[in-house]
Amino acid sequence: MTFPPRNRAVHPPAAHPPYRTTSLRAPARPLLPMAPSPSETTGPVFGPEVETSDDLTTNFARPGRSAIGPRIVVHGRVADEAGRPVAGALLEVWQANAGGRYRHARDGYLAPLDPDFGGCGRVRTDAEGRYSFLTVQPGAYPWPNGPNAWRPAHIHFSLFGPAFAQRLVTQMYFAGDPLIPLCPIAGAIPDAAALDRLTARLDMDAARPFDALAWRFDVTLRGPAATPTEAP
Amino acid sequence: MTPESASQTAGPFLHIGLTPNACGIPMPGGDPGAAILTGPAQGERVALAIRVLDGDGAPVADALVETWQPDAQGCFPGTPGADPHVAGFGRIAADADGRARLETVRPGAVGDAAPHVSVMIFARGINMGLHTRLYFADDPRNDADPVLRAAGDRAATMVARPEGGTWHLDIRLQGDGETVFLDV
Repeated sequence: MTFPPRNRAVHPPAAHPPYRTTSLRAPARPLLPMAPSPSETTGPVFGPEVETSDDLTTNFARPGRSAIGPRIVVHGRVADEAGRPVAGALLEVWQANAGGRYRHARDGYLAPLDPDFGGCGRVRTDAEGRYSFLTVQPGAYPWPNGPNAWRPAHIHFSLFGPAFAQRLVTQMYFAGDPLIPLCPIAGAIPDAAALDRLTARLDMDAARPFDALAWRFDVTLRGPAATPTEAP
Repeated sequence: MTPESASQTAGPFLHIGLTPNACGIPMPGGDPGAAILTGPAQGERVALAIRVLDGDGAPVADALVETWQPDAQGCFPGTPGADPHVAGFGRIAADADGRARLETVRPGAVGDAAPHVSVMIFARGINMGLHTRLYFADDPRNDADPVLRAAGDRAATMVARPEGGTWHLDIRLQGDGETVFLDV
């Protein structure tokens, strides 16, 4: 497996002054170019010991209960840049509850915790690269980036492909959210089409009647380069 | 051809998704990377102490450190002949002092590279995970390592020093002594 240099034009730069925390955490020096080595073209494989948990409405709920909020299915396909499905990819997802509060010791937002919501799950892609999980729609929430800064509703995604060079952590937004253009984290993405690809679409075909709406979110992992043709 | 999906910061609450058991959410099956070794692995046992510091030299208490490495013979997990007790992947959240400590085996050499552990850093304020490496100061192969050579006079920022039985590496995100981050 080989990888061409990463297409940095679709990714946010390290420093993005409107996102204030980058000011002391963005490296000032350019990244050191290097040819991918086995350390980057191999990657961790997660076996059955990493159990999946694809129903966030109940995975941390009390018996017989479920999380509060609009029920949604989030699903999509993980493929590489050539469109080939990435099978067996581990996805870890986490999010705020329907009121915009995370189950985290450092989140002091006044919206209440939901005693039936943990806010995290894990899924693996199938042979066609497809994944799906059930959750509740996360709420928007304020954050200390300015006097009145609000994050658009989002779900965090962490993905592993077969190579460590494909490691990706990103966020999924919801189409039509008026907070997206106001957000300096989303706004750090320099390319409008790249931000649009992080925006899930309502998918009525996948909605479960009388149960849950559905949002489709496809993810593209880096490379790899086309397999070199062997000499005859 | 569709370009790679854009990266976004893992944010301040990354622990919920990436180390849930370590932050009080009992996800079945444990946290991936909680142990690099799954049994009696061959080779020299080593402890790594990685400290993440920001541009003011303050600890990055909400950083997450991920590591990836081969076994003591230089075989990556999942490849033929690899030590079945080396999972190779480590993941640990930094403590209040920005420190992450990992127990592993010293990796073997692969190809023309000196033995090293791949390191990624995620945190609030980091828009895209940062790649670097941890090399071992006493290894004579460091002098010929292509990445260390390319780093020139900044190579030492990727070289851990032994102290009290532990290999220490400070990762400085910015400023004096800024760590070399790799265009992986």
